Amino acid sequence: MNACDNRVVVTGLGVLAPNAHGLEAFTKALKNGNSGISFHEHLAELKFGCQVGGIPDGVEELQTKYLTEEELFAMNANMVYAAIAAIDAWTDAGLELPEDIAEADWDTGGIIGTGIGGIDTIGDTLAPKTKEGRVRRLGSTMVEQIMSSGNSARIAGKLALGNQVSTNSSACNTGTEAIVQAYHRIKDGLAIRMLAGGSEGPSHYIWAGFDAMRVLNRTMNHEPEAASRPMSASAAGFIPGSGAGILMLENLESALERGAHIYAEIVGAFLNCGGHRQGGSMTAPNPHSVQRCLRGALEMSGLEANQIGAINGHLTATFADPYEVENWSKALQLPAAEMPYIHSTKSLIGHALGAAGGLESVASVLELEHGFVHPSLNCEDLHPDLSEYAERIPQDCIEVEDLSVVAKASFGFGDVNGCVIFKKNP
Amino acid sequence: MDTQEVFKKVVEILKPFAKNEEALSNVSMETSIQSDLEVNSARLVDIVLEIEDGFDIEISDDDADQVNTVGDAVNLIAAAE
Repeated sequence: MNACDNRVVVTGLGVLAPNAHGLEAFTKALKNGNSGISFHEHLAELKFGCQVGGIPDGVEELQTKYLTEEELFAMNANMVYAAIAAIDAWTDAGLELPEDIAEADWDTGGIIGTGIGGIDTIGDTLAPKTKEGRVRRLGSTMVEQIMSSGNSARIAGKLALGNQVSTNSSACNTGTEAIVQAYHRIKDGLAIRMLAGGSEGPSHYIWAGFDAMRVLNRTMNHEPEAASRPMSASAAGFIPGSGAGILMLENLESALERGAHIYAEIVGAFLNCGGHRQGGSMTAPNPHSVQRCLRGALEMSGLEANQIGAINGHLTATFADPYEVENWSKALQLPAAEMPYIHSTKSLIGHALGAAGGLESVASVLELEHGFVHPSLNCEDLHPDLSEYAERIPQDCIEVEDLSVVAKASFGFGDVNGCVIFKKNP
Repeated sequence: MDTQEVFKKVVEILKPFAKNEEALSNVSMETSIQSDLEVNSARLVDIVLEIEDGFDIEISDDDADQVNTVGDAVNLIAAAE
């Protein structure tokens, strides 16, 4: 490692989403517009307003193929999701699992974010036992499950990571922020490979806070697959999701040397915050900072705005969607008719919070890889403020053979923003 | 419960925590829980809790600290029962 201006490419992907596990199944689910949102009885029993959500299927069985009984003894869902996606990204990158390797891999690290983390462990075990005066009965696994870095720490051990290993957190921008940070670490020559992305468990303790804020859609419990409605006139809040999406980022030189499959190059990566000024607040984005972030990533890429083939937006299905599209349009300085395709992966899997940026980046890279733009579900009644973009918002899957650039952005509570621009195989 | 039964039950409790499968398959009263079975030292706390639950006994922290081998655990349980 020497130069401080290394090119950074994506050589592996791992995904555990509410609508699919694994690249083949996830690609198919994206193309077919399969929703991963379903009704959950426990949310109804707990009197949630929103009783639907996105939870990956079959994890109880799946996890035993990736993790030992002893490891699972000390892992909550957030950690399990992250480990499955990280191991998948590792093997997809063509790397051997380091089971019999004694030394750490000093050149490879991971930044795996989470928005909330192991709050199920806190709610179900730590808090009740502590309040009852039964601290002795907590056992040894509380700290490793509730520490914010629990998800990345477990992965470090599974994959013998010896470079920077940490968990970032910036609310719903977390997964995208992780990718930007890992990108810089490789660009700066401090690591050769970095796993990057995010995970979030399906805990009702996480979802409760959002439900109480009345930002979840509570009007469509009877029709789960239609409940996540980004850009729709009838959007009435987001649908909570969970899962993990993790990318293997790698120095281009290393990827070429070992003959790895290169999915895409990261050509732009930008982070900022609106400082809760100019209309921004804890929960609303400062439009100037959003535009600066999107423009910052574009300028870094050296691309013209009209070279972007598709935007994988933040687009959660709150009141903010039309403002987001307006910000994209202003940042790219393109009239509505010339905008890239605009779509929301959240329409399929809900808003996976700290995992969203990771999951949606995996979706973006798969779209580049296979030349398609997945349908943005449930906006057949497009929001009237978006009517001039109607032609640019795909309701069905579109084959775009020459799709070569996808821009992915995330925005989070705290007025934080992140944008990554992926360009097809350099 | 005779010693052999207690031994079998203790080994069952140790099983998921043991990283050395060969040592586990040759387990005896003399087998060291940490150095032979390669149980992570942090998990001894959990093993003590499982023994307490499994045998319906209470083990003091001082007694737990004295347990090194499988035999130590078996004898401690026998004394407590």
